[in-house]
Amino acid sequence: MEENEKETPSASSPPQAPPEPKPPWEEKPVPPVAADARAHAQVAELEQAVPGVVVEAVELAGQVTVTVAFEKLATACRACKERLGYDYLVDLTAVDWKDRPEGRFDLVYWLHRNRDERRLRLKVYAADGVEVPTATGVWKTANWMEREAFDMFGVYFAGHPNLERILTWEGFNGHPLRKDFPLEGVDTGAAIYPEVYPPGGGPVKGGAEGEA
Amino acid sequence: MSDAQALRVFADSEEMEVSFGPQHPATHGVLRVMLRLDGEKIIDAKPIIGYLHRGTEKLFETETYNGCIPHTDRMDYTAAATNNQGLVGAVERLMGVTIPPRAAYIRMMLAELQRLASHIIWLATHALDIGAVTPFFYTFEEREKILDLYEEYCGARLTLNCMRVGGQPFDLPEGWTDRCRAFIDQLPAKIADWEKLLTRNRIWKLRTVGVGVISAAEAIDWGLTGPPLRGSGVKWDIRKVFPYDRYDEVAFDIPIGSNGDTYDRYLVRMEEMRQSIRIVHQCLDRLPAGPVMAKVPKVIKPPKGEVYFSVEAPKGELGYYVVSDGSDKPYRLRVRPPCFINLQALPELVRGHLVADLIAVIGTLDIVLGEIDR
Repeated sequence: MEENEKETPSASSPPQAPPEPKPPWEEKPVPPVAADARAHAQVAELEQAVPGVVVEAVELAGQVTVTVAFEKLATACRACKERLGYDYLVDLTAVDWKDRPEGRFDLVYWLHRNRDERRLRLKVYAADGVEVPTATGVWKTANWMEREAFDMFGVYFAGHPNLERILTWEGFNGHPLRKDFPLEGVDTGAAIYPEVYPPGGGPVKGGAEGEA
Repeated sequence: MSDAQALRVFADSEEMEVSFGPQHPATHGVLRVMLRLDGEKIIDAKPIIGYLHRGTEKLFETETYNGCIPHTDRMDYTAAATNNQGLVGAVERLMGVTIPPRAAYIRMMLAELQRLASHIIWLATHALDIGAVTPFFYTFEEREKILDLYEEYCGARLTLNCMRVGGQPFDLPEGWTDRCRAFIDQLPAKIADWEKLLTRNRIWKLRTVGVGVISAAEAIDWGLTGPPLRGSGVKWDIRKVFPYDRYDEVAFDIPIGSNGDTYDRYLVRMEEMRQSIRIVHQCLDRLPAGPVMAKVPKVIKPPKGEVYFSVEAPKGELGYYVVSDGSDKPYRLRVRPPCFINLQALPELVRGHLVADLIAVIGTLDIVLGEIDR
């Protein structure tokens, strides 16, 4: 196929019109490029509502991501809901970057407002073991999303009404979506032998690899 | 509330705690609800989930992008096509791929047929839970025909695995469009038959009108999407707000309710089925010729970055948040499951109602535990 395409232009006579541009699905895909979005209207109004909150702002594929300062997260969430009209929290999740110096986890809030159908992604770096202020007081839907982030990543949310495990069970050992959690899983005897498998994670005493 | 006991009686009051599920047929899978009851009145309900957790998001991180698609089939197993559509759409946006128009139209047809199949299961089981047995038999006959169309297209009936990053793996087989048209031409009459059994049925209305009411503002605060949101009168549909594939080229309406109760959500879904038929008709009429696969590399390697993409699944907004580190496997692939978020509002909807209404409300939320637990 590719050889044919190369041959055709050289074989055709020069006076012919230039070939029509190929439709995009026949071209090599061009990935979107990240651009600085500090001047974007949505970022500017957030900065205006909470001065000094924006650490970094990036636009990629039409989606604006704002990295906010950790200590201003709670203020930023409240301002987004009450002053900027982001009434719908689409998603809240975490990403584990294991050894990153700025903080192990990304917490990602994906907001939507029905006023003009715009979306904004808030991101905050959270170190392992640090309590993140809860967003349940701002959006009710954050409740289960935060419970899932706690269950899967071990991110603690301060002020959450019932921060319990949701997909695994009470006493489960570890947080499965952390990058250092083994894919094949761990011995799940935690519920049955709490003295061997400490609840809340940590190395297993006398596990499969012998005495730890 | 204690999770260990199935039944707990309190000595100092009439209240008791009952574990509803996880083996109860009306829980549509393995949902368990701890109910606190005063007689037959629900004081509080606490959904307990996770019985079907398979670590899908962890598995995604070990698979290539196209290898993730079969895992998505197994989340909402009544709507595999829309699950596929969300994932491939997200990866395509991260890579900057434009799919050929024929592939987009085939995707839309598959997705709308899937919406029909999913709503048919919802209607059959919802009516069966409440006590109307007859619709179950009529509706499943039609669903079978949709599954036959899928089988003819991709060989599978439920776990379809019918989309790829960059387009469609196969073109439509010979004669498929005719059989699809014949099917959707006869479907409106069947839907009218089902409605005859229920819409003005006195018992049906007694069981659904005014049950599980949620206001528009509360629905948004709880993050409800799909028919539960539209039943409360919010005209909001991802297909209209952020059109994907070629949804901006087809005409369809978003039905909404006014009272936000179980009956309105029923009416919304019934009308959505008619709108889906309308979309499939338009797709068949305009189906463009041409290739079904864009020119994408053999190894799918999106550049570093993150993107969120959502589709209007039969249950609501199904979103995929892809974080790529530039390798051929996703660094993180988060699913925003509509059923998980919708189920969260269950205690709100049932508080003060009777146990029998809980069954109606679980049915009206149209949950699939495969997607809630992932």
